[in-house]
Amino acid sequence: MEKMVSLTIDGQKVEVPSSSTVLEAAKKLGIKIPTLCYLKDINEIGACRMCIVEVKGAKALQASCMLPVSDGMEVITNSPKVRESRKVTLELLLSDHNMECPTCVRNLNCELQTLAEELNIKSIRYPGEKHAARYDDFSPSIVRDTSKCILCRRCVSACHDVQSVGVISPNHRGFNTVVAPAFDKSLAEVACVNCGQCIMACPVGALKEKDDTDKVWAALADPEKHVIVQTAPAIRVSLGEEFGEGRGAIVTNKLAAALRRLGFDKVFDTDFAADLTIMEEGSEFLDRLQNGGKLPLITSCSPGWVKFCEHNYPELLDNVSTCKSPQQMFGAIAKSYYAEKTGIDPANIFVVSIMPCTAKKFEAKRPEMNSSGYQDVDVALTTRELSRMLKEAGIDVSKLPDEEFDEPLGISTGAAAIFGATGGVMEAALRTVYEIVTKKELEKVDFHDVRGLEGVKEATVDVDGIKVNVAVAHGLSNARKVLDKVKNGEADYHFIEIMCCPGGCVGGGGQPILSADERWDLDYREARAESIYEVDRNMPIRKSHENPAIQALYKEYLGKPLGEKSHKLLHTHYNERPYFDTK
Amino acid sequence: MEINSDGRMRAITDTSFYKNQTRIALRNCGLINPEVIEEYIANDGYMALAKALTEMTPQEVIDEVLASGLRGRGGGGFPTGRKWQFAADAKGDIKYVVCNADEGDPGAFMDRSVLEGDPHSLLEAMTLAGYAIGAQEGYIYVRAEYPIAVKRLNLAISQARERGLLGKNIFGTDFSFDLFLRLGSGAFVCGEETALLASIEGKRGEPRPRPPFPANKGLWGKPTIINNVETYANIPVILLKGADWFGKIGTEKSKGTKVFAIGGKINNTGLVEIAMGTPLKEVIYDIGGGIPNGKKFKAVQTGGPSGGCIPAELLDMPIEYDTLIQAGSMMGSGGMIVMDEDNCMVDIAKFFLSFTQEESCGKCPPCRIGTKRMLEILDRITKGEGKEGDIELLESLAKSIKASALCGLGQTAPNPVLSTIRYFRDEYEAHIKEKRCPAGSCKALIHYEIIADKCKGCGLCAKVCPVGAISGEKKQPHVIDKEKCIKCNSCFDRCRFDAIRKY
Ligand SMILES: Cc1cc2nc3c(=O)[nH]c(=O)nc-3n(C[C@H](O)[C@H](O)[C@H](O)COP(=O)(O)O)c2cc1C
Ligand code: SF4
Ligand code: SF4
Ligand code: SF4
Ligand code: SF4
Ligand code: SF4
Ligand code: SF4
Ligand code: FES
Repeated sequence: MEKMVSLTIDGQKVEVPSSSTVLEAAKKLGIKIPTLCYLKDINEIGACRMCIVEVKGAKALQASCMLPVSDGMEVITNSPKVRESRKVTLELLLSDHNMECPTCVRNLNCELQTLAEELNIKSIRYPGEKHAARYDDFSPSIVRDTSKCILCRRCVSACHDVQSVGVISPNHRGFNTVVAPAFDKSLAEVACVNCGQCIMACPVGALKEKDDTDKVWAALADPEKHVIVQTAPAIRVSLGEEFGEGRGAIVTNKLAAALRRLGFDKVFDTDFAADLTIMEEGSEFLDRLQNGGKLPLITSCSPGWVKFCEHNYPELLDNVSTCKSPQQMFGAIAKSYYAEKTGIDPANIFVVSIMPCTAKKFEAKRPEMNSSGYQDVDVALTTRELSRMLKEAGIDVSKLPDEEFDEPLGISTGAAAIFGATGGVMEAALRTVYEIVTKKELEKVDFHDVRGLEGVKEATVDVDGIKVNVAVAHGLSNARKVLDKVKNGEADYHFIEIMCCPGGCVGGGGQPILSADERWDLDYREARAESIYEVDRNMPIRKSHENPAIQALYKEYLGKPLGEKSHKLLHTHYNERPYFDTK
Repeated sequence: MEINSDGRMRAITDTSFYKNQTRIALRNCGLINPEVIEEYIANDGYMALAKALTEMTPQEVIDEVLASGLRGRGGGGFPTGRKWQFAADAKGDIKYVVCNADEGDPGAFMDRSVLEGDPHSLLEAMTLAGYAIGAQEGYIYVRAEYPIAVKRLNLAISQARERGLLGKNIFGTDFSFDLFLRLGSGAFVCGEETALLASIEGKRGEPRPRPPFPANKGLWGKPTIINNVETYANIPVILLKGADWFGKIGTEKSKGTKVFAIGGKINNTGLVEIAMGTPLKEVIYDIGGGIPNGKKFKAVQTGGPSGGCIPAELLDMPIEYDTLIQAGSMMGSGGMIVMDEDNCMVDIAKFFLSFTQEESCGKCPPCRIGTKRMLEILDRITKGEGKEGDIELLESLAKSIKASALCGLGQTAPNPVLSTIRYFRDEYEAHIKEKRCPAGSCKALIHYEIIADKCKGCGLCAKVCPVGAISGEKKQPHVIDKEKCIKCNSCFDRCRFDAIRKY
């Protein structure tokens, strides 16, 4: 048991484990200390000086987020000196900040704005020159605007430590410091994987997704265009949050209703394509397993992960499944099978996808994603962009009736739904692979070993006498651990699922953003993942190969998994990419 | 050169510049050839190490340093023995000894003179420290701008290794220790201990909050002591001559000596090593030889760019860590810059603050933005654009920055401003309220005028004026066109009749 330490904060006694910080001890007492740079477990660097407190016996004020507790310590969190210092610091930050709240993407969801309100800032006593700001919108996914950056470095830690990508760092010194890629390059020119985890960490509007809503409004208004929409598995457990529903609230059918009201001609579901992915990828796995192909097979549905591999593990590219991601498979099928079936000219079909993800914007633009003759997906929007469109149109998701997705590309199974959480693709694949190989029905479809937020999960599954070793990693620093093992021949895996974002797509970089405070109290990935599994449990069909629309697709059009048409439409290839990547 | 009353040249050590000094840290500088280890050894070199390794336990070494009362010479003045004790007590098998030889204060060169003039004393002291705390390795972090120091340190290290004074089983004991150099890029903030350690680790050189202190969690997370060059230079002498001997020099709370680099408006500039407690006056007048050109002493800035300005009325003050702090300044690494009546104190404050502002690492807003804002306010005051309330604004900002900045740089950067406001508030007020610079130094606030009564009409001023602002008939009083005048001071310097007035 850890030693307990007793200290006094604002006259109240508290006992906490000896490894705690003063900030944690204050929280235990319900005393709120303002923070800006602190993001629990991710960014603990003591930079912003917002959380300063007075400690009896210490000359200078101390940053409580980094200050270890000690026995008998006396702390004051709310003295005139502390309040004044916090105010001065905040006013200084605001004096170098581009305060255009009404037009800012983070208006009403901004930690700086909230703090200015909470600390009762009425004017800025120290106006002055602002740093030379950079605006970088060359990346298809991420926009940087340092005029709003408070240099808290939460994004830096997310990129370096959570993702082990490390393409953004403080550049220059002193007043001229900016967080940027090396040599002040654009994010589009470096090994950024577009995951958006930096955005999720940012307390302000200095990082945001590239907004593509105008393109969608224009398509919706164009009578020539048949505009169809697909929504990723993870959207149904996150969109509600933007409309006052609880974290992880399930809004599947309200989502369908909302999209219909926005004016989409058909409301489809990426889950359909997720089932299709399982058919192709499961078959690919079996093919490699039975015919001595390259193993382990690594999943390919997460475009952040795919780009990471292209930059950092080119020697493993042959291990990555050639299957396109569900988003791209959907687009390819929409502009071939669906176009043929409905007699609509694919040139007029406009595919919009609603994704939890900023990397999907990059993926949609990959030049090779056009095997139907047309770019598979025309615009990929994030959950946040969809929410903005809905709000602009006066559509309140929480007040809508339940509606169904359209047929046939809106029909899906529980196996597809769990794609949204880490371990889900693996579980869905196992359900199908097992039944195809054994020709027996699974007694229990739930594979608990691959679920949950453990960074790397391993399991061995007996498939008709074959011991299949699987591994699941989410968050790229965890992925690195697994990949290094594979690279060094230290692992004996057959099948690996990698999701770029921590928690999988429920924690994707395009999802609703929580403040550091809220993240401390609640793991939003856990809340959303729980809902995902609930969606799965409540689906009548829970295995991809049992999806009747998928069965029809193979029968009417594709033939069989890995067949000729599949190869053309549903599979792709990858390229090694250098660190400085200007393509 | 000083001449005795008998007309003979005085020996250098008898000159007033030298005879008031007590040389411990600089004991060998200039007297031995630093590239010849035998010369160091001939002057008791490595005797302290031999004594410690063969006759003393590590704790006894620490006890001796503790008893000496030695405090850090790099700025903070933390008791060296206590720091060593913390590191010795910290859990862990791997520990490090680090020397801070980054010496970033502009105009400072005390550490450089030890590094260049007596490198073995540093090596010996660090090895002693390694023995005391149980470290196996040490790093000397030295500015790349000191190539001679780097060369001599490398030479000294290889000489010490050859003679078994570094490396395995030193003096045949089971104590092994080795030293390595790391070159600093020259950022001032890299002299801050946590930034320095980050820089050795190959990270961006910027500070982190303490605690944990390096003694518990330092280089690569291991217990580490980090001391300044001059601090180390005292160690061998303390161990050889004993804490008692050392304790007799200096004052109760500040033992031993301190090296200062005297500069500015003073006759004898250079390095001096004086006993702690020596009055400022003695340093400035007896050792420094007073102010040149018969000008009046105005203030002395101690403690480098983030020290404070001490006015004439405090010149009797003995130089000690704590008296300097009470006066709103600090010991720092030993910079001492003298100012005379021609120095504008607002401008001086601006000058020092602009240095620290430039050197801010940018990690925390109080320093990154706060020093910038203070500088902007000072700038407008010196330009005659100061506003009522600016002094109060400066004070409130300064107080807040000092209290909340992450590291020593930000916490001390406002000192020059606060101390000049404290002692020379009238100068600030003159700038703001009367738009006047009493020292006649802030260009925007000076005006030139020809006093008609005194002007002989010689025309010299008109000849030197680079912008043709002066006109007048020969033998008639000339006049200056204030619109054209760029305040270059040429006419003022040139006029032989004192007919040009600055106001
Ligand atoms: C901005 C800043 C710069 C510093 N620069 C130096 C330096 O150049 N040399 C030095 O010895 N100490 C410097 N220090 C002090 C060190 O942080 C540290 O206190 C010192 O090296 C400890 O050694 P000492 O106890 O022997 O003085 C600096 C501190 C700050 C805040
Ligand atoms: S980042 Fe926050 S404070 Fe800044 S403009 Fe946007 S909403 Fe306002
Ligand atoms: S999108 Fe991901 S990889 Fe790119 S900078 Fe942000 S965190 Fe790093
Ligand atoms: S971009 Fe955002 S997260 Fe990154 S340092 Fe700036 S304010 Fe912080
Ligand atoms: S895990 Fe999901 S949200 Fe994150 S990059 Fe991959 S597909 Fe996008
Ligand atoms: S006080 Fe200045 S130098 Fe120190 S950490 Fe803050 S910004 Fe950097
Ligand atoms: S100060 Fe210079 S510019 Fe002005 S009048 Fe004299 S010489 Fe001419
Ligand atoms: S310094 Fe503690 S929250 Fe930023």
